[in-house]
Amino acid sequence: MMQPMHGSKRILRPVRDWFIWATLLLAVFLNLIPFGRLYGVPDWVALTLTFWCIREPLKVGMSAAFLLGVVMDVSFASVMGQHSLAYVLLAFTASGLARRILQFSLLQQALQILPLLLGMQVVMLAARMSVGSEFPGLLYFLDSITATLLWYPLTYLLLLPQYQPMEKDENRPI
Amino acid sequence: MSVVGHQPPPFFHRGPAPFARLLFFVALSLLLLVLDLRFHTLELARQVVAIVTYPLQRLASAPLEGHERWNNYLSSFAALEQENQALRHQQLATANLLLRQEHLELENQRLRALLDMKSRQPVSSQVAEILYSARDPFARRVILDKGAQQHINPGQVVIDEKGVIGQVTRVFPLLAEVTLITDKDQAIPVQIVRNGLRSVLFGAGAGNLELRFLAANADVQVGDVLVTSGLDDVYLPGLPVAKVVRVDRDTTYAFARILCEPIPGVERHGQVLVLGRREALPPAPPEPEVKEKSGKGRKAAK
Repeated sequence: MMQPMHGSKRILRPVRDWFIWATLLLAVFLNLIPFGRLYGVPDWVALTLTFWCIREPLKVGMSAAFLLGVVMDVSFASVMGQHSLAYVLLAFTASGLARRILQFSLLQQALQILPLLLGMQVVMLAARMSVGSEFPGLLYFLDSITATLLWYPLTYLLLLPQYQPMEKDENRPI
Repeated sequence: MSVVGHQPPPFFHRGPAPFARLLFFVALSLLLLVLDLRFHTLELARQVVAIVTYPLQRLASAPLEGHERWNNYLSSFAALEQENQALRHQQLATANLLLRQEHLELENQRLRALLDMKSRQPVSSQVAEILYSARDPFARRVILDKGAQQHINPGQVVIDEKGVIGQVTRVFPLLAEVTLITDKDQAIPVQIVRNGLRSVLFGAGAGNLELRFLAANADVQVGDVLVTSGLDDVYLPGLPVAKVVRVDRDTTYAFARILCEPIPGVERHGQVLVLGRREALPPAPPEPEVKEKSGKGRKAAK
């Protein structure tokens, strides 16, 4: 699906499926880096998932979110279902708001991503607090804020393959 | 909107509506949550996913391990020499105790034999390394580099050079998950060294521990050392656990509020010792059990 960006209005090449899956796998890998109890490390999977749900709502959706959630539940040693529940809700909201969010410039998009990610964290918090886990402190929400700051560079990075022309032509504007 | 007799073109086929899909996946997630929290029946699924992601996991932790190794390599000669000297001093200081321990143990065995008491079980142990702490902000767990392949079982006690740090709660083929004593769900039976008062120590969050359900006038003082009482068939008696740092005796409450801090480096990384399973104590008198069995038999017969 080709969707114009707000700024340039340029037509993008269609995304390749393997690229979507490769980036999601890379995000899982980045999430597995053991930072321990360090605050402010973004949840890469949630961020990449949101990105593809907004850009390609027909290709990446709730089933992908559920699978990634299960993988994250196991590798974070958390309760099964905690991440999958939060990711599924995130994917639903992101793909529902996709058309709307894409109308805005990148910085305004980031502002709308923030409540999505915060909502995801609140869902996880509710799931765990309801069974009596300890409250991790308000700094826990710092993760979403760093993730939001990464929205701008991430968009350029993930759309890079789609910017490249099919064949190079000096006389063509695109 | 399809006209009668005409299917919409396949271009519009998108499967079930988003909201239906949402309900399906949310129900599935909630089912997982309940199964895992209430019935603990998802261990097999967890094992499978853990095995699949294991290579990725080790690969991801490689940069951090490499960084640590590089730092060790670069640590200056002087620092190493200092540490070496300190260790040698420590060894000399403990040698006295160690040398006499053998003698004391023999003596203890003889005395126990004389008194016709059950001899203390020797306990095997394994050295393991803490790979990293789990990235779950709601619990306090660490991952060890040994698992079921190295015969580690759930329930085993993990100690470091100063005392108990936690208990193995989940075992994967090549990794094991340790719940630290500071976790909110972790409880450990202890007694106070000074007067032998027995109680149970709970994690209190924020890296602290709490002695609960002790009367407001209980004989607990700041600075008291708590060791495991060994009444639970899991922990060996006498392992240091925590130190009392604050005692609030508010007479409006029935219980005193007693905050402790762990003695061992619970939230630090390094090498730890996984103790083998303790032999179970002799079972309690069998009479009530027989009654129960006959009761069950009657129920079954009905």
